[in-house]
This record gives sequence, structure tokens and C-alpha cells, in this order.
Amino acid sequence: MARWRWWRRDAQARPGDIRSRRRREILTAEGLRLPLTLASRGARAAALLIDLFLVFMALIGTTVLLAWIARGAGIDDLAHRNPAAREFVQVIIVVMIIAGFLARSAWFLWFELGPRGATPGKRLTGIRIAARPGRDGAATRLSAEAVIARNLLRDVEMFLPMVFIGGALSAGTDTTLAGWAALVWFGIFALFPFFNRDGLRCGDVIAGTWVVEVPRSRLDAALSLGTAAQGISSVTGAHYRFSDADLAVYGEYELQMLERVLRDNRPDALVEVAETICRKIGWTSGTGDERAFLQAYYTQLRARLETGMRLGRRKADKFDGTAAG
Amino acid sequence: MTDARMKGPAGWFGRRQDTAIADAEAAVLRSDRFRLEREADWRRLDAIVSRIEAGRIGAIADADLIALPALYRMLASSLAVARETTLDAATLAYLEGLAQRAWFVVHGPEAGFRGWCARFFGGGWSAAVRAIGQDIVIALAIMVAGTVIGWLLVAGDPDWFYALMPPQPGDVRVPGASRAALHASLFGHAQRDGLAIFAASLFSNNAQVAILCYALGFAFGIPTILLLVHNTALLGALLWLYHGQGLTLDLVGWLAVHGTTELFAILLAGASGIHIGRAMAFPGQNALLDAAAAAGRRTATVMTGVVLMLIVAGLLEGFARQLIDATAPRLALGLAMLAWWLVYFFAFPQVFGSGGRR
Repeated sequence: MARWRWWRRDAQARPGDIRSRRRREILTAEGLRLPLTLASRGARAAALLIDLFLVFMALIGTTVLLAWIARGAGIDDLAHRNPAAREFVQVIIVVMIIAGFLARSAWFLWFELGPRGATPGKRLTGIRIAARPGRDGAATRLSAEAVIARNLLRDVEMFLPMVFIGGALSAGTDTTLAGWAALVWFGIFALFPFFNRDGLRCGDVIAGTWVVEVPRSRLDAALSLGTAAQGISSVTGAHYRFSDADLAVYGEYELQMLERVLRDNRPDALVEVAETICRKIGWTSGTGDERAFLQAYYTQLRARLETGMRLGRRKADKFDGTAAG
Repeated sequence: MTDARMKGPAGWFGRRQDTAIADAEAAVLRSDRFRLEREADWRRLDAIVSRIEAGRIGAIADADLIALPALYRMLASSLAVARETTLDAATLAYLEGLAQRAWFVVHGPEAGFRGWCARFFGGGWSAAVRAIGQDIVIALAIMVAGTVIGWLLVAGDPDWFYALMPPQPGDVRVPGASRAALHASLFGHAQRDGLAIFAASLFSNNAQVAILCYALGFAFGIPTILLLVHNTALLGALLWLYHGQGLTLDLVGWLAVHGTTELFAILLAGASGIHIGRAMAFPGQNALLDAAAAAGRRTATVMTGVVLMLIVAGLLEGFARQLIDATAPRLALGLAMLAWWLVYFFAFPQVFGSGGRR
């Protein structure tokens, strides 16, 4: 069994595991199927904590700044009934009240309405909000109304449960029946994302949104270019050429795994995989030239499978016998 | 195409393209030739999308902005072809990711802040209010009923007054208060200091109540109804108290200055909550989630307006009520505000054509 470990090591692409349970597909107006990965609840919780921390820091910063301005304006003059200074202090208090309101409501709104659709916390955790598609899977545009709606619900989901849980804790054993009922009631709101498949919170339900992972944006170099890919080793000068029968043993899944092994480029994994392939196709494996060998095998296997694809024959993995072209 | 690329910032792509085509001829696999021939266009789209995501639309050359839709369509077809012809996982993952990012940019949140404001005030808000007309009627009925209940409760047993309105030290507004004391609570605050602070804290408080009223609609609207009843029962109790001393009209004037705006805003917030609650309890032909989402988007517009109305109400309550010290002008101002909101919400499309309904 140890022979097959390298195929299994990274099973991310296999159906049924956690990542593919979070895969969804939307259909754009151009008729393009776009795969999305829903954000994990952990990433969302982390994003929320980061945001709350930032809001808290912003509030403290505003308070310090205003206090500094107030001192500069001569807040001590209040006692001397200086009308100008007193009016100025009033303005500062008004700014404080409004900043408090904005901190609670506008932080999330402002950032999620931007082109990234993500608050700073969401950006750091690599997630963003998006409009949920309709039942037919057709992608819809994220509207300003949706962002407003999902953030208005934050009050019952987050701030009220905090108030009630805080109240229950401070009341201790004196908590009344009504207090417990309220706690359970708001607990349902707060824990809503754990009770549905898409991890929607109440605000997402009302707004028709969900939270997805931001796709990775790097294009890795193709492995099938260069002299090694043509089957010529730069180390030994050997020329690897595989017969049709040598290539017929593997399918697309093994090709992807081989690609991953080549990209990771860990020497022990390369050796192990090269030995496995050699055993499978009955070659005797040398040592020291595994990378060139694997790159040549990768390129020729891909060429064979892609030719099959163009002719409408696909071989999903090594167990797939239908496309024995 | 090549000429345009050789100029300005796009020239870099031009050179890259040339070397890429040279590489392509040397490539073994057909799918690699496909990738190398198009990679420059993908990277160009990638650069544009990255700039838009960073909010630096100004930093994008005009030629790039014009090319964006064509590049996006090109990418879409590249992806469709790649899915059928290539097994290079790196290329597929990159194309899928880029297509997703480009889709968010091309079909992203709409038209900026100014465009949204123009649509909102130019009919979107009033259309959204009219769209929940049924729920407004329901909420109005609940608020009237709440007021009557408050009155009747307190009239039957004055102790209810303390239950509805927890006594605060120094508050003269309690059953058995003298006419003079009640009268003094309505008039004569013209010299009061700190009106701006008062107005701001009123706004902040009212906005939280309104948002709560809306958000609790999620629980099938029942908590929204309870909240409406509770708040208007207070109003009924106050009316009863001042009625007992023959000050009903003065109280109505005192309330009307801001109350027509504030109660209207709370009415709209309650109606929005009930609208969501109804959509979730009775989704009809639609799936529950779709019905909830449609109701949520419709009422979010109303709620944005509610917050704006509460700012107006806070200013009226904080300043106008204290500065106008007689019942008749207070009533006139309150009724004028009411008339303004009614015209804006319900007569607006007749005045300006069929504006705003999307």
C-alpha cells in the first residue's frame, strides 16, 4: 500500500472532503460556469474579530484625537463660562456620538460596498462577500441594498446577544426565566451559520449574499516547457521516451498529483514517485535524475491525455478503463 | 492590435507577446501553445482587474478600460476552451480565479456613491416605500392599536403607567402631577444649553430602535410587532396623562414637531420588519431563501431612508421643538413635515413621471 501514498497525500481534489463540500458553482450571463469556494466559518470568525478589534482601535483613536483637540481649545475654560469654548466642546461631543453610531453601523457597510466587497478583516483572511445565485444557479450582481440589508441584521446577531449574555453573566444565579429565554432566543441568531449548509448568517439570508474565498491570482509556469519536458535530461543527457502502453496506466487524477509533486519539488517525494512509476511500467529506475524523468513522463502523459480529450475520450484516473485509447 | 500594444504602458505586453509566440513555436504540447499565445492578454486583464480592485480606476489607461469588456469575453472563451483541451492544473486554476475576479469587477457593486444617491433620492426610495404599502397599513394599524391599548391600560389602572415608563428621578410626568408642572414640561426650554448633543443622542438612540425593529423581522415579524406595540403604548399613556389636565392639544403639538417624522420613520421600519417576516412565513411560490432575499433588498432601501428621516427628526426634536415655544407653530411645522413625506413617498411618481421603479 505504501506505493500509492503519493497519490493520496493531498486529497484536496477528491469529492466528499471538506473543501469540495464548500465548492459551489454559478452560471454567469455569458454562459460560463464559475466555481466558487465558500469561506470557512473559522475564516469568517477570524475576520469578524479582526474587524471588531480595528473598529475598537478606531474609536479609541478618535476619542484620543478629540480629547487632544478639546484640550487645545481650552476645555478648562468651561468653568470660566467662555461661550465659544463651550460650544466647541458641544460639537466634539456630537462628533463622538455620531462616531459611535458609525462605528457600529458604517464600518462594515463602507468597506463591503467597495470594489473588493470585503472589510479589512475579510481581506486579511482572504474572503469576500458575493451575491448568492438564484435557485437555477444564475449569478446575480451584488447590489448596494444587499450590503445594507446584511449589515443591518448585525444588531440582532451580534450586539444584542452580547448584551444578553453579558446580562446573564452579571446576574449569575439570579438570572430570571425571561433572561434565559432571551439568551436562548438570541443564541439562535448568533449561531445561525452553524445550522445551514452554506454557512449563511441571518443577514446573508435576508440580503441574498454569501461569503466566498477570494481566488488565488498567481499563474505558475507551465511544467511542460523546456528541454526536460522534451524528454532530454540536462543532468545525464538521457532521452526519455515512453511507449503508449507505458502512458496508458495513469489518468487525469494521477497527472494532477504528479504536477503537484513536481511543483512542490521535494527530493524525497520525487524519488518515491519516480520509483513508483518505474515499478508500474516495468522500467528499472536509476537515481539522481528523477526530476527530468518525471517531467518527461508528465509531459508525455499530458500529451496523450489531451489528445484523447480532443477526440472526446477522457480517462479520469488509473481505474478508469473506458478510454483505453 | 499589435500596434496598440506597442504604445505607452501596453508596450511591455507587446514585447512579451513576441517572445511568447517564439516560445509557442517551440512548445511540445498544443495546449501550451494555446496558453503561450494568450498569456499576454490574460496578464493584461489581470493587471486591469487588480487596479480596479485596489480602487485605482484613475491609474488605468483609457485604452485598457476600453479593452476590458473584450478582454473579459476573450478570457471567458479561453476558459471554456481550456476546460476542454488542457490538463495543466495551473492554467485552469489561474483562468478560473481570474474569470471570477473579472466577473466581480465587470458585474460588481453598481455605479458608485453618486449614482446610487441619484437613484435613491430620484425615486428609488419612494418606490421602495410604495412597494411595501400593505405592510405599512398593517404597521399603522398596530401602532394605532398600541396607542389605544396604552391609553386604556393606564385609564383602567394608573399603576400601569409606571410599568410602561420606568420612573426616572426628577421626571414630573407621573399620574397625579399638577397642570402647571405638566405645562412647564412642554414649554419654556428656549434657553436650554447643549441642544446639539441632545439632538445627536436622540438620533443615535432612535436609529438603534428602528434598526432593531427591522432586524427582528427575521423572526417572522413577531418581535417587531411587540416592539411597535410597546413603544406606542408609551405614547398612549402620555396622551392619557396630559389629557387628564386638559393639555392634549399642547402635547400633540409638542410631539408633532418631530413626531410626524420620527413616528413615520418607525412606522416604515416596523413595516419593513413585518415585510420580511411575512416573506419568510409565507414565501408563496418562491423558495424561502429567495423570498427572504427579495424582501430584504427591497426593505434595505426603505431602511436607509429611515435612518435619514431619523436624522431629520433628531434635528427637529433637538432644535426646533425647543426654539419654537407655542403650540400653533409647532403643529404647523409637524403637519408640514407630514405633508412633505406623504407627497414625496406617494405623489412623487405622478409629479416626475414613473421615476425609480426598477
